[in-house]
Amino acid sequence: MASFKPTKVQFLPKLGEKVTEETLYWKNYKSPVQIKEFGAITKIDFSPLPPHNYAVTASTRIHIYGPHSQEPIRSFTRFRDTAYGGRFRGDGKLLVAGSEEGLIRLFDISGRVALRQFKGHSKAVHMTSFLSDGFRVVSGSDDLSCRVWDVPSAVELSSLTEHTDYIRALAPSKLNPDLFVTGSYDHTVKVFDMRSGSSVMTMQHGHPVECVLLYPSEALLVSTGGRYVKVWDLLKGGQELVSLKNHHKTVTCACLSSVGNKLLTGSLDRHVKVYNSSYKVVHNFDCDASILSMAIAPDDEALAVGMTNGVLSVRHRRHQKDKEMLTSRRRRGPSYQVFVKGKNFVPRQDDFLVSKPVKQYLRKYDKQLKSFEVSKALDTALQTWTRTSKPDVTVVVIIELNRRGTLKNALAGRNEEIRGCFCVLFFRHIFDPRFSRPLLMVGDIVLDLYQQVFHQSPVVERLLQRLMEVLGREAELQQELLQVLGILDTLFTSLTPRKEALAHNGMHVTRHDIEQ
Amino acid sequence: MVEKSDVRVVRCGGSKINLRPPIISTDSRFVLCASGDSVKVYSTRTEEWLHSLQGHTNQVTGIALNPANHLQVYSCSADGTVKLWDFIDGILIKVQLVLFFLHAVDKSKICFQLVAVHLPKSAEQEVEAKELSAVSSRISPNPSCTAFGREGQYIAFARHLQLNVYFFRKQKTYSFSLKATDKKGAKNAFTCIACHPADDCIATGHEDGKIRLWRNFIHTKEYTYSTQHWHHNAVNTLCFTPEGTNLLSGGIESVLVQWQYGAGNRKEFLPRLGGSILHVSTSSDGQLFCTSHSDNKITVIESSFKVCGVIQGLVKDAVFTDLMIDPRSKALVLNGKPGHLQFYSLLRDKHLYNLDIVQQEYIYEAGLDQFEVVKAAFDIKGYWLATVEERGQKSSDLEFVLKLWAYDERTQSFVLNTTITAAHTDRIISMCFSSSEETTMLVTTAEDGQFKAWCQGADADTQQDQSFWSCDFVGSYHNLTPTNCSFSADSSLLAVSFQEVITIWSPDTWELLTTLCQPPGVVRDLCFGQLSCSKYLIATTTRNLLCCWNLLTCALEWSTSVEVSKLQPDPLSENVAAFSYQSKHTDLFVFKPNEPRPLFTHKNVCSEKIHRAVFVPREELLNNCDESSQWLNRSQLYFLTQNMVFHNFTCVSLVQLVIDDSIAVTPFYLLLGKHRQQQQKLNTPSHPAADKPQQPQGSVTITELLHTPAHVLPAASVLCSMFVSSLLISNTGVREMESSEQEMNSEKEEEHSEEEMEACDSQQELRAQGSVDEVTPKLSKAQERELKRVRKTDFSWMAGLIDSKP
Repeated sequence: MASFKPTKVQFLPKLGEKVTEETLYWKNYKSPVQIKEFGAITKIDFSPLPPHNYAVTASTRIHIYGPHSQEPIRSFTRFRDTAYGGRFRGDGKLLVAGSEEGLIRLFDISGRVALRQFKGHSKAVHMTSFLSDGFRVVSGSDDLSCRVWDVPSAVELSSLTEHTDYIRALAPSKLNPDLFVTGSYDHTVKVFDMRSGSSVMTMQHGHPVECVLLYPSEALLVSTGGRYVKVWDLLKGGQELVSLKNHHKTVTCACLSSVGNKLLTGSLDRHVKVYNSSYKVVHNFDCDASILSMAIAPDDEALAVGMTNGVLSVRHRRHQKDKEMLTSRRRRGPSYQVFVKGKNFVPRQDDFLVSKPVKQYLRKYDKQLKSFEVSKALDTALQTWTRTSKPDVTVVVIIELNRRGTLKNALAGRNEEIRGCFCVLFFRHIFDPRFSRPLLMVGDIVLDLYQQVFHQSPVVERLLQRLMEVLGREAELQQELLQVLGILDTLFTSLTPRKEALAHNGMHVTRHDIEQ
Repeated sequence: MVEKSDVRVVRCGGSKINLRPPIISTDSRFVLCASGDSVKVYSTRTEEWLHSLQGHTNQVTGIALNPANHLQVYSCSADGTVKLWDFIDGILIKVQLVLFFLHAVDKSKICFQLVAVHLPKSAEQEVEAKELSAVSSRISPNPSCTAFGREGQYIAFARHLQLNVYFFRKQKTYSFSLKATDKKGAKNAFTCIACHPADDCIATGHEDGKIRLWRNFIHTKEYTYSTQHWHHNAVNTLCFTPEGTNLLSGGIESVLVQWQYGAGNRKEFLPRLGGSILHVSTSSDGQLFCTSHSDNKITVIESSFKVCGVIQGLVKDAVFTDLMIDPRSKALVLNGKPGHLQFYSLLRDKHLYNLDIVQQEYIYEAGLDQFEVVKAAFDIKGYWLATVEERGQKSSDLEFVLKLWAYDERTQSFVLNTTITAAHTDRIISMCFSSSEETTMLVTTAEDGQFKAWCQGADADTQQDQSFWSCDFVGSYHNLTPTNCSFSADSSLLAVSFQEVITIWSPDTWELLTTLCQPPGVVRDLCFGQLSCSKYLIATTTRNLLCCWNLLTCALEWSTSVEVSKLQPDPLSENVAAFSYQSKHTDLFVFKPNEPRPLFTHKNVCSEKIHRAVFVPREELLNNCDESSQWLNRSQLYFLTQNMVFHNFTCVSLVQLVIDDSIAVTPFYLLLGKHRQQQQKLNTPSHPAADKPQQPQGSVTITELLHTPAHVLPAASVLCSMFVSSLLISNTGVREMESSEQEMNSEKEEEHSEEEMEACDSQQELRAQGSVDEVTPKLSKAQERELKRVRKTDFSWMAGLIDSKP
C-alpha cells in the first residue's frame, strides 16, 4: 500500500545569493595553504613557464615557490633593505626587483648573486618590470621618475619625470616593446611610448593609483586606487568605461584570470572580489588580513594572495580527479560487496524477469517517526552533529512532532543535558526567521514543563539568563526596525507622486514580508 | 413551476460505496457493494465497474449472497423490499415486499427492532412477506453490532454496554453487560461484533480499542471473556476468516490487523490503507479480504496481506475547495483523500487520480489537526494550478502554505513549482488566476486586509530556465477585508470586493480605477460577464440583492432582490446561473447579464442550500433551439448537494441538469426507439418520476448489453439470440417452470434497523438440494439452457461445501 512519506526538509533559498556557472567555477578552490613570510608581502609574480613557480617579495628577500611546495625552492636574500616588485622576464629565466635604497637588481633564476645592478634612482623603487623585448627594464620610483635600463650594458636609456608624486604602479605592454603604463599617487595614469620619449595618454583616476593592469588585447586598461576600480578604453583615447566601487577600503591589487579574462581585485578590506565580464561581482574570497598583493597562475590553477601580516595564502584549484577520489572513498563499504553479486547479469531473451520491490531508505528520525517513537525521533534530531550543521532537520522534526500533536510528550521527562541542548538551540537559531516560530513554541512548552526544576541546574539557569538578555536586545532591534520602516514609508509617500506612492509602498511591504 | 418539462435534475454519480460491507462472490471474481439505490458489481481483478443492479427506489441498506445459489444475491432497501438478483447477468429474479416492516419503522423511529423475516417460498415474482417475528428491540442502529453465530444457531447483538445472544432453537435471549468503567477515560461501549464460524466464541470490539473474546455464553452465569488491545481508537469492524483461524479488525488508524485465533497476541499488520477502515469482509474461500474505507474506497487484499486492487469512488469526506474543471482533461477537481486533490471524470463517473498536495504523512487519528487543501484554482489553459493548504483552523496559530504547480507534459501531471510559506499574515479567503492567455497572474485576498498579485518572475542571472512565482503587487483599500476577486474576460480589469465596496483595478499599472458600492449588505459573490456581456459585473450581497453594473458607464444597470447562495458564470457563454435558497428549497435561475429577465427558471431543484456548482463544457455541442434549454448547448451544469439523509452521516450526491434524451441517432437507436414505442403502446403510459431514470422493463437486457464492458460479455452467438428475443413483444403471463418438484425451503432471517436493514443470511437448511428458482418470463430459451447448465454444475459443488461445513 501507500508507503511512508518521509518528512520533507524545507529548502529555502538564501537571499541575494544566486548560483551560476561562474560562482561554481570560483567556488571550486580548495581551502587555502598558509605560508608565513618575514614581512608584508608586496608583490607576487608567477613564472610564465611551467611548472609556474612564483616569486614572492616580502621584507628583504624574494622567495621562489614551486606550485605545490610549502617551502621556498630558491630565495634571493642579498638585499640590504626592503625589496620591492620582484618580477619574471617573459622566458622565466631572469628576475628583476627594486628596493628601498633605490637599487634595481637583476637575478638569474638559478644563481644567487645579482647579475646586474642598476643605479640611478635616488629614492625607493617600488615597481620594476621587463619590457616585452626582454632586453630592457623599466622602473618606477618614489623620486617621481620612471627610468628605462638596458640589460646587457646596465646603463640608463632614458628617464621620464612627468608624474608629480610617487610612482607605485607599472604595467608594460606585451604587444609593443616600447609601450608601458604607469600609475602614480598624483591621481593620474599615463601611457608612455619610448619611441617618442614622453607620455602619449593621461587618464585622471581621481585617487592615488595603486595598481594598473592591461587586458591581453591591450584595448582596456584597469587602474585601482582609493576604493575605486576603473576600466579605461584605450582605443577610444582613454575614455572611462566603468567605475566600480565594491570594496570599502583601498583597492591595492588587481589581476586577470587566464580563463575568460575575469577581473579580480584585492583590497585592504580583506576581500578578493571576482567580476564577470559585465563587471558584476560573482564571487568573493575572504582573507585574514589586509591584502597587498595577489596573483593568479596560468589556467587559474592557483590563486596566491599576500597580506600585510606576512602570510601568503595559496588556493589551489580542485580537480575532477580529486572529487572522484573523495566520493569513491566515501562509498567504500560493506554494501558494495554485498550487492555486487548479479549486478552485471544480462537477462536472456526468454527469461522471465521478477522485479524486486524497491526498498525505501529512510533517515533514522523518519524510521522512528514511522513507528511512532516520538521521543527517540526527537533525540535523533537533537544529536550534536544534526543540531549544529543541519538545524533545519532538527526544526523540521519538531514541526512534524507538533503536527502529530505529540511534541509535549516528546519533550517531557528529559534530563538536564537535553534541556541545555534546547537552550543552545534557541541561542543559535531563534532569530532565524525560518526557525523562530517553531522554536518559540518549543520554548513555551519547555518553560511550562520544567518551570520547577530549572533552578536546580546552574548551567541551564545561566543559559536561560543569557537567552533572556538576547531576546530583550532582539525585541529592541525589531522595534527600531519598525520605526525606520515607518520613517521610510512617510518619505516614500511624500517624495513620489501620488499614484506611484502606492506601488512603492507595496513593493516595500513585499520585501519585508519575504524577509519575515 | 417548471417552465419546460424537458430540463430536469438527474442524479449522476458519486454515490457512496462504503455504507455497507462489500461482499466477494464465491468464485472471487466479483465484488458487490451497495451504492445509493443500486448494487454495483466490480471485478476484483481489473477493479472495473461492470454493471449495477438497479431497481430499488431508496437507499440499499444491505446485501448478502444467497447461500443456496452462489450466483444470486439478496439486497434489501429502505423502500421496504428485499430483492433477489442474478448478479452476473444483472437480472432481477424476485421481489419481496415487506410492507409490515416499513410501518413498524415509521411508528418507532427511535427504537430499532430486530425482526426475523420468514421469506416465503413461492414462484411468483412479487411476494409479500407476512411472517415477521420480532426478536428484540434492544439493538444498536449500527448493523455491525449484530452477527449470526455458528451455523445460524444464534444471533448476537449489542447496544451500549450490553451484549445479547438470542438462540433460535430455544427462542431465548441471554444478555451480558459490562461495567461502565471510566478508568482513564476508557469507554466500554460495544462497536462491533463477529462470531466465530466453527467455535462458540463471540468477538466484540469496543470504543476504547479493546477486543473481547466471549466464550461459554451458552450458560449465562459461567461466561468468560479475554481482552486484547492494540487499537488506540474505537474498533470499527471485526471479521473472522471463513475457517476461523484468524480474526481481522480495523479502525480509524487505517491499519488492518490480523489476530491469530487462539494464539494470544500474535498479530500481523497492514498499515496505511488510506482512510479509516469501516468494514472488513472475506471471500468464502478465505483467499481475499475486502476492506471499505471512509474515503469511499474498497480495497481488495490477498490473504498474504498484499493489496491487489483498489476500487475508488468519489471521495467526499469534506469538500473545502470549489468545484473546478481541469481545462485539459475536463475532469472535475475537488478535495480528495486527506491532503490530496482528486480528479474525477463526470462522464464516466470514475475516479481518475489523486494529486498529492500536502506531501506529508497523514496520521489517522481522531481529533488531530492536519493540513488540508482549502483552496485551489486552475489557470485558463490548465497549465498552472494554485493550491492553499491550511492547518489549525480551530486553534489560534494558523499555518497555511500557498503552492503553485506547473503541468509537466512528460509525466502528464502537475509538478510543484513554488511553495510560498507566508503568503499573507492571515487566512487566504479567495484566489483567482487572470484569464488572459499571454501572462499568467494569480491574485489572492486574505483576512489581513490585503490582496496580492503573484507573477511568474524569470530570473535573468540564474541560467536554469526554471521560473518561480513572486509577489508583484500588494494592494489594500482602507484596511477593509477583501473577500472576493475576479478578473474580467480579457484580464484588463481586476475586481476586488472589500465588504460593501467593489474596487476595480487595472492589473497593468495597478491603478485603482473606480469603486462601486450598493449598500446595504456585504458582497458575497462576484463575477464578470463573459463574451458579449463582458462589460457587466455581477455581484450578490448578504442582504439578498443581485446587482449588475455596467462598467462602461460605471452605473448600476439593474438589481433584483433575491437570496443567492451561489453565482456561477458559464465560461463558454454569456449565461450566469444563480442558485437561490428560499423557504427551505433551492431554485435555479439562469440569466444573461444584459437582460434582467431570466432565461430559465427551475423551482425546487432540491431542498438544501447549494454552495458548489460548476459548468462543465460539453464534448459535443448540442443544437437545441428551444429557448429554455439553449443555455445547456455548450456546457452542462453540475451542482453538489449536502443533504443530511442519515443521522450524523453527511451524504453528498452529485446532481446534474440534463436534457431528457441523450442517445445519439444511430440505426441501433431507431431500432430501440421502435421497441420503446411498442412498449409504451402495451403498457399504460405512466410518467416516470422526475428524478429517477426508469427503464422500460423489456429493455433491461438491451441496456445490460450496452452497459456491460465487452470483455465480460458472453459469446456473441449467445447474445444474438438473447438480443433478438428481447426485442420481441414478450408474453406478460408468468410461465411456470417444469422443475417445480424440487422445493427450496428458503428460511431466511432478516434483521432490520430502521431504514438501514441488513440482510444477513444464516445457514439455511437445505433439504432439497437441486433448487431451481423462478425465472423471469422474459428469459429466452437460450438463457434458460444456460442457467440450467450452470445450476447443474454448481449443484455438486454446493453439496460438497455443505458436507464440509459441520
